[in-house]
Amino acid sequence: MYFGLSEEQEFFQDNVKKFLTDNASIDEIRKIANGEGQELQAEIYQGIINLGVNALLVPEKYGGLGLGLLHAVAISQALGNGVGPIPFSGSYVMAPLAINLGGSESQREKLLSKIVSNETRFGIGLSEFVGAREDAGLEIKNNKVSGRALFVMDAENSDKIILSTKAGILFFIDSKDKNLTINKLSTVDKTRTFHELVLDKVDCEVLEESTKDIEIVKKVIDAGRIILSADTLGASESMIEKAVAYSKERKQFNRTIGSFQAVKHMCAEMAADLEPCYSLVWQAAHSFEVDSIKESRLLACQAKSHLSEIGKSISKKATEVHGGMGFTDLLGLHYWFKRIGLNRQILGAPEIVREEAAEIQGFNQ
Amino acid sequence: MKSFISNLKNDILCKRTRNKMLSSYLSSEYFGFDSNPHASACIKCQVSGKRYKAFKKEVEAFCIKWKGVSFKNESKSALLDLAGPISEKSGKNISRSEWQTILIENGYFARSIPKEYGGYGGEPDIIKSRIIATEFSKHKVPNAMGGQGIDMLVPTLLEWGTEEQKQKYIKSTLHGETIWCQGYSEPNAGSDLANLQTKGELIDGKWVINGQKIWTSTAQFSQMMFCLIRTEPEASKHAGISFILIPMDTPGIEIRPLVDMTLKAGFNEVFFDDVTVPEENLVAKRGEGWSVANSVLGHERGSLANPNATMNRLNTLINLMKEETIDGRRLIDVPSYRERLLQVQGKVMAVQAHSLRLLSSKINPNQNVKLGGMIQKLVGTELRHELEGLAIDIMGELGTLYEDDPNVRDGGSWQFTYMYFLGLIIGGGTNQIQKNIISERGLGMPREPKVTVEV
Repeated sequence: MYFGLSEEQEFFQDNVKKFLTDNASIDEIRKIANGEGQELQAEIYQGIINLGVNALLVPEKYGGLGLGLLHAVAISQALGNGVGPIPFSGSYVMAPLAINLGGSESQREKLLSKIVSNETRFGIGLSEFVGAREDAGLEIKNNKVSGRALFVMDAENSDKIILSTKAGILFFIDSKDKNLTINKLSTVDKTRTFHELVLDKVDCEVLEESTKDIEIVKKVIDAGRIILSADTLGASESMIEKAVAYSKERKQFNRTIGSFQAVKHMCAEMAADLEPCYSLVWQAAHSFEVDSIKESRLLACQAKSHLSEIGKSISKKATEVHGGMGFTDLLGLHYWFKRIGLNRQILGAPEIVREEAAEIQGFNQ
Repeated sequence: MKSFISNLKNDILCKRTRNKMLSSYLSSEYFGFDSNPHASACIKCQVSGKRYKAFKKEVEAFCIKWKGVSFKNESKSALLDLAGPISEKSGKNISRSEWQTILIENGYFARSIPKEYGGYGGEPDIIKSRIIATEFSKHKVPNAMGGQGIDMLVPTLLEWGTEEQKQKYIKSTLHGETIWCQGYSEPNAGSDLANLQTKGELIDGKWVINGQKIWTSTAQFSQMMFCLIRTEPEASKHAGISFILIPMDTPGIEIRPLVDMTLKAGFNEVFFDDVTVPEENLVAKRGEGWSVANSVLGHERGSLANPNATMNRLNTLINLMKEETIDGRRLIDVPSYRERLLQVQGKVMAVQAHSLRLLSSKINPNQNVKLGGMIQKLVGTELRHELEGLAIDIMGELGTLYEDDPNVRDGGSWQFTYMYFLGLIIGGGTNQIQKNIISERGLGMPREPKVTVEV
């Protein structure tokens, strides 16, 4: 029995962590956040691709590594930890899963191998399936899509974008289609990108299996939620480490502030809140691969909503431990705060996700 | 990288399969082990799978046989109430200590304690322990008795006791014949436990003890007390304490019950007036009592809020919310109540998954769970208090009923446990002390500077 990450998963995780420590310092993150670091961002992206993250979830049959969601979780923790300014949850977790589960055999062959060779980069937008804001939504008529999609993930520099109808039919479009308008949304989180898509009779290709089973899009969302909870887990872990380190350096009243119980207790509370989260997220990823939909979806929903709550509380307390410095742009702590804040809302805020968890258990009749 | 991965792959599949076995015990359902593609090809997994499957059947048969067992002369102490579900009266009426003996003989209790000391003498096996716990809980068969003798004194004697002490006390404790209480806290030694003043002097080869202990649960039912006594008044605070065993029928001991907010006398004050016990009742050396006590406080902290009991309680709460109504509407259909239930469920699931991680670290020493272990008491007691409090909230006015009121739900257990866990938040090292431990020993933060006071 082993309830934790395997050696190989830790190996992957450490590589990504080390890569980000070496190549994405706070100054570099700031440049990228301010829109001045496109070359830098491209280098970081290439470095992560060289580690093999694009091939991770693609089955061996299509040239990928054929690994499971727990591997992706290990990497997502590392990306959250270093606020990695690269596409991952959309391009390399949700998109390959959507194609693998929703595509026909010929679509899988055609598309998945191109993810592995990095010839095709996918964005994905499922926000309207979870809960449409501003009455956004997409409709397919005569193989053309019209409508609007908000908070599309990893659409920047993408070649194709996977979307869904409200009925859960998955399809993809070309990012360069002349009838498609892409607007970058200015969110608080500048380490990742989110876009609004306006479609006016855009050509699309439906992922064929997805027309038969609404569970496919739901399963892709489960995976996305688990990955986002892992990102929050990693980001929260990093915020605690920073707060503890700062409290050991900063002096007031001739003492390091970390020797005051008021500060120590805040740090202890953060650690006590976060420790049980590791196993919850890992168990959710494990369950995604092996358990029934009922069991695994409950875990995915609870991981997403619980980590959203814990992350919110930790990002507040860790900032407070830093005092005035925590509030400044100088320290850059806010990149973690905002990343956690965005993870909380995307693919379903906690209340929405908990209602789904209640539904799975047959609570709300 | 690809070759690295394929090398490790079979090993990972083994781990994955075993992991799956474990998570299936968690959900109390045995999953189709044989149909797992990896398991059907891997000899290692097949062998262990068959072994555990057979063991599960054996435990299941035992549970069916003993379903509905009840106990003669059950003493109504809070500690025994919490030891496990006590079933309704049935034909199978035996004493607690007979039950202990049956459990030990079958290897369902004291599994890894040597036979010579009255245990079963088996190899420790965490999956088997988990199967036992799960089957007992599923069939509502009472667990073995817990309490301070079994949970704290037995591990202490195994680690620190002389051969004579082990022979003399462990067997009768495991079999429920000797009940123990713990004499640690004093009126002026609570969070600052090492400040304890109860005095022991060695006079003519006997310890003569004077002083007072407080918060002594089960003192009134106990035959023995394990006690921290200041025997070296000249030594420094922590080095002056010894660990001494005291028979409770020794002349000079007075027990006064202390009624707590649950209105039960769960605790006592114990007074010592020239209480005299033999010299050989000392465990370890003179002045080593602080180290002895600390090695066992960890056991207590781990056992105060069992995650499986918390999960059972959550399931009871869910059923309650399906049965109870307001204006004819089921409570679980009230969105604000349901939202709170789901919030608590997330926390309970996290804590339960965490307990599996801690369990797994016991057989995988490379897993670092130092911090993970330290947070258990703090997180577990706070969560249980919150859960019990939620049940009271959803019942509203009905939630305030207590004791023998004819309308009380679940025997008043929600109010009782709500208050009881507030006691546990304070007891066993207050949760504020826990936060000091987590921050200082877990996160490496500096200790509070010592304030020097002139006396």
